[in-house]
Amino acid sequence: MKQFAELIRTLDSTNKTTLKVNALAHYFKTASDKDKVWTIAILSHRRPPRPVNTTLMRQWASAFAKIPLWLFEESYHIVGDLAETIALVIPPSEESSEKSLNQFLQEIIELKARSEEEKKEYLYENWFSLNYYERFVFTKLITGSFRIGVSQKLMTRALSKATEIDEDILAYKLMGNWDPATITFTDLILKENPEDYLSKPYPFYLAYAIEDEPQALGDVKEWAAEHKWDGIRSQVIIRNGELFVWSRGEELVTEKYPEFEKFIGQIPDGTVIDGEILPFPNNDIGTFKDLQTRIGRKNITKKLLEKTPVILKAYDLLEWDGEDIRKKAYQKRREILEKLFNDVASDEIPLHLSSTISFQNWDEVAKERERSREVKSEGLILKRWDSPYLVGRKKGDWWKWKVDPLTIDAVLTYAMRGHGRRSNLFTDYTFGLWDKEKEELVTFAKAYSGLTDAEFRKVDAWIKKNTLERFGPVRSVTPHHVFEIAFEGIAESSRHKSGVATRFPRILRWRQDKKIEEANTLEDLKNLIPK
Amino acid sequence: MKTPLLAFNQKGIYCEAADVYLDPWKPVKKAIISHGHADHSRWGHQQYITHHTNVPIIKHRLGDISVTGKGWNEIFTINGVKFSLHPAGHIIGSAQIRVEHKGEVWVFTGDYKTEDDGIAVPYEVVKCHTFITECTFGLPAFKWIPQQQVFNDINTWWQQNQDDGRTSVLFGYSLGKAQRLLKHLDTSIGKIYTHGAVENMTEVVRELVDLPPTEKITRDTKKEDIKGNIVIAPPSTHGTPWIKKMVPYVTASASGWMTFRGARRRRAIDKGFVLSDHCDWQGLLTSIKATGAEKIICTHGYTDIFSRFLAEQGYDARTEQTQYEEENAEESSKEKQES
Repeated sequence: MKQFAELIRTLDSTNKTTLKVNALAHYFKTASDKDKVWTIAILSHRRPPRPVNTTLMRQWASAFAKIPLWLFEESYHIVGDLAETIALVIPPSEESSEKSLNQFLQEIIELKARSEEEKKEYLYENWFSLNYYERFVFTKLITGSFRIGVSQKLMTRALSKATEIDEDILAYKLMGNWDPATITFTDLILKENPEDYLSKPYPFYLAYAIEDEPQALGDVKEWAAEHKWDGIRSQVIIRNGELFVWSRGEELVTEKYPEFEKFIGQIPDGTVIDGEILPFPNNDIGTFKDLQTRIGRKNITKKLLEKTPVILKAYDLLEWDGEDIRKKAYQKRREILEKLFNDVASDEIPLHLSSTISFQNWDEVAKERERSREVKSEGLILKRWDSPYLVGRKKGDWWKWKVDPLTIDAVLTYAMRGHGRRSNLFTDYTFGLWDKEKEELVTFAKAYSGLTDAEFRKVDAWIKKNTLERFGPVRSVTPHHVFEIAFEGIAESSRHKSGVATRFPRILRWRQDKKIEEANTLEDLKNLIPK
Repeated sequence: MKTPLLAFNQKGIYCEAADVYLDPWKPVKKAIISHGHADHSRWGHQQYITHHTNVPIIKHRLGDISVTGKGWNEIFTINGVKFSLHPAGHIIGSAQIRVEHKGEVWVFTGDYKTEDDGIAVPYEVVKCHTFITECTFGLPAFKWIPQQQVFNDINTWWQQNQDDGRTSVLFGYSLGKAQRLLKHLDTSIGKIYTHGAVENMTEVVRELVDLPPTEKITRDTKKEDIKGNIVIAPPSTHGTPWIKKMVPYVTASASGWMTFRGARRRRAIDKGFVLSDHCDWQGLLTSIKATGAEKIICTHGYTDIFSRFLAEQGYDARTEQTQYEEENAEESSKEKQES
């Protein structure tokens, strides 16, 4: 644990990628094999199931720190991270533990089955006897995802540096389901093991957002365009008569989409398709909101399957006849995919093809992009006809050209303190739109991002001087400032007071030129809902 | 209801009985000033009264002003109201302002810290009935470690950077933090370079305390000479062309906000040292208790949270809005006015 905590401390002490990679590579060369496996697991978001719920942890931590629970909650809100809050509020200790990371994780796994009293005792004992960084890491292992500014890609790079195994091979090895409690470092990383490859997906190739006008990409004839569908990017694998469905988050989600079992026997073994899982109620593409009813559920009931069936919209073919064809040109891969589609297509099989469109000039491409909302896509993906299927987000061959977001002018009504860096500033805002009579502002969205630091400071200073009422961390403010709010999608919602839910709302700009009377109405917003 | 001895109005903290303001934020006739930071000593008052060690500092910042210096514990009476200044330990020359009238005593802290930083005269407890306190770091998450430990870490960091062939760039406010930092640097490691704003202020402070030699970075300073040494600069220089001269460099910030991992990370600073010129949570609570005050007024910082906690502890606590800034990890207008 000491070594792991020290690693986290070192990673925390630099902002430079090379120094982070060096620190990780050094760790991978010197740590014990068991600890290495756990470190890989943790940094690729494979932590053991949470043994204690966070409500209890908050209660116990505030009791241990001898502060009222509300004060703990306020502190948590400001710090922004539960483990960090706990490590900060409980009395400091200079001690250190000799136990290995592996030992701690084994204990944490076993803790789940213990009684509440035993869990509490275990936490108290460790909080009491660990120094700040060890305590933070220990608590973080228990509370959840380990986001500490080290991406899986960066970790893979360091691992490659330490083992001299190619980065892409490592990315492949690390995908999928493996249990850090039982697998050895040799089996996971060092050994070549063909059987393991049965369920393994390929790393996804991701497109960069286009920077200039698409004309800068050169001859339009070298490019194909596809719509960018708004679902879950996935890989569907058929090997040895078995089906595996992977989401882009490298999560095996086969059980969630039983519809795809129909592929077995239809799509030949040794096939891997890259596509988008889309909701398809009433034989038409639904909204992302429809899909969310499927994502969240553990049990997929028959009723749900009838109400919100899904399809796979196929983009690309990565493996064919058991052969990795990623190095073949996109055009070639599409030919095989289209042939495959024509062979198996039927109303019974939930496989659709995402059409590839070729163009004579870039204006036509732009026109097609304008149609995106109409066909329920998020914009276009431009792919070079002769491009191989690469690993990760690479510039050059694939570009995404999303539609411009929807926008509306809204009035700032409430503000809340931000987290972490922004904890001394009011940076989390709530926005309202006018009702029909323009008498009352109805809350429609919250947004946290989109202003520069300088603008946030200005708005913060204004809020502090123009507070109407305080509700705990939230303040209502005099309606005075208008902001242009951008969002990606919009749908009716019974859960929101406004009757409308927006997707990814954020601040586009501060409209200091506008008075609040000039802000939009809720009716204006509702008119944006696709009919 | 009788008029309170000190009231908060549009211009600042007002003592009606004496017709005098404490740290006003709008121009007034007569102002008693707690310390030299720009949000407490503003431009435009007709007459300034402050501790005499703060006189050269605010003259440096505000130019030709009419200012009277007072000693520690020296009582001066205005319209029958007794005033005196007492060490606040925040920065050099920083004072708490004690106000006494008809047997009632109020103390305004300005900004303060309980730890002796080796430069400012250390904080002294002043008994009072009403205590007007800042609470910049009024959250239990803030706990300072002894400064000697922090300076050991800073010197180790500097040495390590030098071994790696890099220059250390350490950010701190020109007035207060900068001098506290350079006072405790281990000059056997290398030379201390400064940004112009830091150097000018340090020159003023040098008249009052012993500080190690520093060299201002000018257009003529050679890049090779800086390498491996340490540079003290205001936070506002981070990310500006000025800093390019230091390449290859590593950055660090010394501030109470560095308690939060996110504060350092998202601001793209390599290393954060937790070092503050304000009280931590326990420092605030201990000081408040020691004053014996029953009424507590929280001015700036986590005022709502802190006063609620005090109220639960049995104090008559409330908050008042002021225009004092909180110690901010970001570039602040404090710095802009100075540099």
